Amino acid sequence: MEIERHEYDVVVIGAGGAGLRAAIEARQQGKRTAIVCKSLFGKAHTVMAEGGAAAAMGNVNPDDNWMVHFRDTMRGGKFLNNWRMAELHAKEAADRVWELEAWGALFDRTKDGKISQRNFGGHEYPRLAHVGDRTGLELIRTLQQRVVALQQEDYETHGDYEAYIKVFAECTITRLLKDGDRISGAFGYWRETGNLILFDAPAVVLATGGIGKSYVVTSNSWEYTGDGHALALLAGANLINMEFIQFHPTGMVWPPSVRGILVTESVRGDGGVLRNSEGERFMFKYIPEVFKDKYATTEEEGDRWYTDQANNRRPPELLPRDEVARAINAEVKAGRGSPQGGVYLDVSTRLPAEEIKKRLPSMHHQFKELADVDITAEPMQVGPTCHYIMGGVEVDADTGAAAVPGLFAAGEVSGGMHGSNRLGGNSLSDLLVFGRRAGAGAAEYVDRLPTRPKVVEELVAEARAEALEPLERAGENPYEVHHELQRTMNELVGIIRKAEEVSEALEVVEKLKERVRMVGAAGSRIYNPGWHLALDLRNMVLVSECVARAALLREESRGGHTRDDYPGMNPEWRRKLLVCSTSDGSSVKVEERVQPSMRDDLISLFDRDELSKYLTDEEMAEFDGIAKS
Amino acid sequence: MSYKAKFKVWRGEGGEGKLEDFTVEVNEGEVVLDIIHRLQATQAPDLAVRWNCKAGKCGSCSMEINGKPRLGCMTRMSTFEEDETITVTPMRTFPVIKDLVTDVSFNYEKAREVPSFTPPDGVRPGEYRMQQVDVERSQEFRKCIECFMCNNVCHVIRDHEENKPSFSGPRFLMRIAELDMHPYDVADRQQSAQDEHGLGYCNITKCCTEVCPEHIKITDNALIPMKERVVDRKYDPIVWLGNKIFKRAK
Amino acid sequence: MTQTTPDAPVRRQRAQIKVRTLRTDRWWLAPLLTFLGLSSFLVYGVWAILDGNYYVAGAEYIAPFSSPCLAESCPEGARFLGWAPFGEWYTLPPGLLILGLPGGFRLTCYYYRKSYYRSFWLSPPACSVAEPHGKYTGETRLPLIMQNIHRYFFYFAVLIGFVLTYDAILALVHKPLGLGTWILIVNAVLILGYTFGCHSCRHITAGRLNHFSRHPLRYRAWTFVSKLNAKHQQLAWASMFSVMIADFYVRMVAHGIIAFPYA
Repeated sequence: MEIERHEYDVVVIGAGGAGLRAAIEARQQGKRTAIVCKSLFGKAHTVMAEGGAAAAMGNVNPDDNWMVHFRDTMRGGKFLNNWRMAELHAKEAADRVWELEAWGALFDRTKDGKISQRNFGGHEYPRLAHVGDRTGLELIRTLQQRVVALQQEDYETHGDYEAYIKVFAECTITRLLKDGDRISGAFGYWRETGNLILFDAPAVVLATGGIGKSYVVTSNSWEYTGDGHALALLAGANLINMEFIQFHPTGMVWPPSVRGILVTESVRGDGGVLRNSEGERFMFKYIPEVFKDKYATTEEEGDRWYTDQANNRRPPELLPRDEVARAINAEVKAGRGSPQGGVYLDVSTRLPAEEIKKRLPSMHHQFKELADVDITAEPMQVGPTCHYIMGGVEVDADTGAAAVPGLFAAGEVSGGMHGSNRLGGNSLSDLLVFGRRAGAGAAEYVDRLPTRPKVVEELVAEARAEALEPLERAGENPYEVHHELQRTMNELVGIIRKAEEVSEALEVVEKLKERVRMVGAAGSRIYNPGWHLALDLRNMVLVSECVARAALLREESRGGHTRDDYPGMNPEWRRKLLVCSTSDGSSVKVEERVQPSMRDDLISLFDRDELSKYLTDEEMAEFDGIAKS
Repeated sequence: MSYKAKFKVWRGEGGEGKLEDFTVEVNEGEVVLDIIHRLQATQAPDLAVRWNCKAGKCGSCSMEINGKPRLGCMTRMSTFEEDETITVTPMRTFPVIKDLVTDVSFNYEKAREVPSFTPPDGVRPGEYRMQQVDVERSQEFRKCIECFMCNNVCHVIRDHEENKPSFSGPRFLMRIAELDMHPYDVADRQQSAQDEHGLGYCNITKCCTEVCPEHIKITDNALIPMKERVVDRKYDPIVWLGNKIFKRAK
Repeated sequence: MTQTTPDAPVRRQRAQIKVRTLRTDRWWLAPLLTFLGLSSFLVYGVWAILDGNYYVAGAEYIAPFSSPCLAESCPEGARFLGWAPFGEWYTLPPGLLILGLPGGFRLTCYYYRKSYYRSFWLSPPACSVAEPHGKYTGETRLPLIMQNIHRYFFYFAVLIGFVLTYDAILALVHKPLGLGTWILIVNAVLILGYTFGCHSCRHITAGRLNHFSRHPLRYRAWTFVSKLNAKHQQLAWASMFSVMIADFYVRMVAHGIIAFPYA
């Protein structure tokens, strides 16, 4: 059958915050842009983000500025971050948030009419621009409406809404196409009809989000099958930091069908406390050495902080996510968990019912409707859930360009910005800052191209055969294979990792690879979810292997990577990135790479005492040299 | 704790199809979408259903359960009797693609016909100053997750397909209200609400409000206030006269 | 732009489900009760207008359906502020003169519109139950486009509301311990609650503004009206029954059928 063909300058894969922001930028630079997304337009996973977008606007506390935000980000990522990305992010986030407002976003306001900002784990000052607890929805809707606004402009000038920017909704990309070493297009299928589609485009921006669907307990939706990670690998790009996965400390644990769904960090930011089955506020026991002087040591001080932040230290419930997730994990393992295997998150005894409903409306709604729990009257049961992958496509900080010419990545699918652990609120601002940069990078790349790369027909034929294979086989049920992968990753490469377990996981993954080649999808091509899953499995298995291999190599514990057999942070490992690549499309190779040192003016923003906790002696000597000069 | 439930699920492509019977296991705490997924995993791997977040935040899994528009992920099985047969059908107002998946492009086309947010010239990003009380009304409407169940349930197009070209549905009339109440929007939206988007078709029978999973008071807070604003513009002679005199005085 | 699209998708249609609704609950109950409730009001209204005994001298009760009484045919004390602009030439029941105002207010009220569109016109009888009509134009043309004059009825309804309040106060002055007095007071309160919770009233107080913060007083009024407005349906029914009960009670006293010292 014939393949539908389209020609564009830039193809953006993914219509979440990063994808839409990239597409908007590419179109604003005059490029003909396609947005390809697996779901309907406006349903992307970004809607799940609740807390807010971190940007040092200083609306609530005028002491805030980009340098403080930069420091918080580096500290949160345990100094493994790509510092250039962290710098750009801290400097540009405010402009990106203000821009949304000019496109119609309605954030909550301060008394003097500015955008209100809220406290969040790891952020020194109130910094998160928010709308109640549905900030992600506001962000995606605003960007969606901005795309529509641009389409309306195009309609005015060209008489066609889709002259310069078109959304291909419910369309999945299965392969990136190359002409020599350069990107020349993308191949995929329409979910609705099963028809095949080919984009002829010199630049592709990946904005596909994360990999959570490789885990059983996850806050991620079905879309998060690591498509962008796998597409990049298969196209010859590198992935970095794949061992760092953020487990959000508070996911719902009951009822089973909603296990993993997120309970926003704002619950804690607004006064919610964590208790074990003995009623103890256990977080005070888990303040790590590096954070000792930044967090309250008594309940009284922690409670005072909510009203007087200048003179008190914040409560340990607001430690970075990895610390809280590990603490909850430890409490449950020690037998002090709740009946359904979590701990208690209580806001009902801390705030009046009306106040809870006002500040946390969607949480109130979520628990009422999904679990029949009234959070104004009783505590919630929560436990860690796979939430975000810090690792991803290795990109140039300024342009989002990957190692393959013509390939760009932004948002969760890119790696480096968040180091080993992401701060809450930094992902929405990450999407905006680097979505824009990737869109601009792609546009600039297209401008500079001497010749347009061509679509190679043999590659199209290969991609076509690969996509249709599962339909032609009467093989194993793809759901079975998926469940086994999820169980394996959850149990063996979860929050706490051991060398033997990770090795075992790698053996299972090796066997799953074979089974993935044999799965079959009965039924027609029209909206056939079994077929879609069969194709997604290739990506999930490939990405899971990256995670497991990198996790096995990194012999230390840092941020989103905790090794039971190597419990401490090791400064030697701080400088090393683990880079995944594949040459044959099925086996993954991991190499160590030394991360470049921080620019002098940036490293000087930190205290010597703090740096000495992370840096090697050799690096400290270098720092002292900088400090002197 | 677990029991076997009887389900009737509409299956078919492009309009042709029928209700198929299933008997399927149900466990404590599950929602209708879980049961549909169990059917996919065990009995009907190609059963098509649209879903995403499974937490009532994305508005993808709109369907009709026992004849009522609902989100599959927000309809708990415990709200039904164990011996009850549960009928699941696709949204009626939109053409069906397959099984429970409908073609909702009507909504995206209507969205494109509503002129975007239009701020006054000269206000730069970062200079916006708005009071909380001034944004609260529009914020309520921005809670919309675009499940399109209001447009699905509205009899203006549900029972009269021929009205589709001239009626944008509650979702987009609410979007117009949202922009019309925005403190910084300067576009004229009242005239077009009535003339182009069919606000006059609304007979405020409130089904949109009844089915809204976000509990937005679509009728009382968006549609009726918008109707009143239209009256100011088009039907109230005193306001019309007042505006004339006031303008002249300026 | 070169684009090739394989054959256009087949013209799609909606799922062919022949039944009118798949609802399994008693969806017909609410429209039925509404139909009965509103019908009883209409039937009672016709009787009340034709009934000539609407005034109780001494206690100064006047039946709400006949107030204000503006014709010379009204008994001296029943005339509103002693005023009778309609001379002896007017021989029809005096209630007819003013009936159109509260009647029109309720007829064009956003809540009543919902209830009678659903229960009388079945458009639709209940959510996701197909309506029986082949064509639908809503409130886009005559006569239903006239619903847009609701706010003018609201202005008059405010006057009527004050007249009923005045009547209740008058009764309170003349017969503070009369049961009728207190019925009239409760009725006046409910009528005012219903009237000021009107959607048009909400629009006029501040709904039409885009900057509440620049009009703090109007915003406070709007907040109050919004609270009443949220109960508009309940107040519509409560005030409809209270006005019927009050009217019936006064007429029964005037007829002498109810006659005890504190009547």
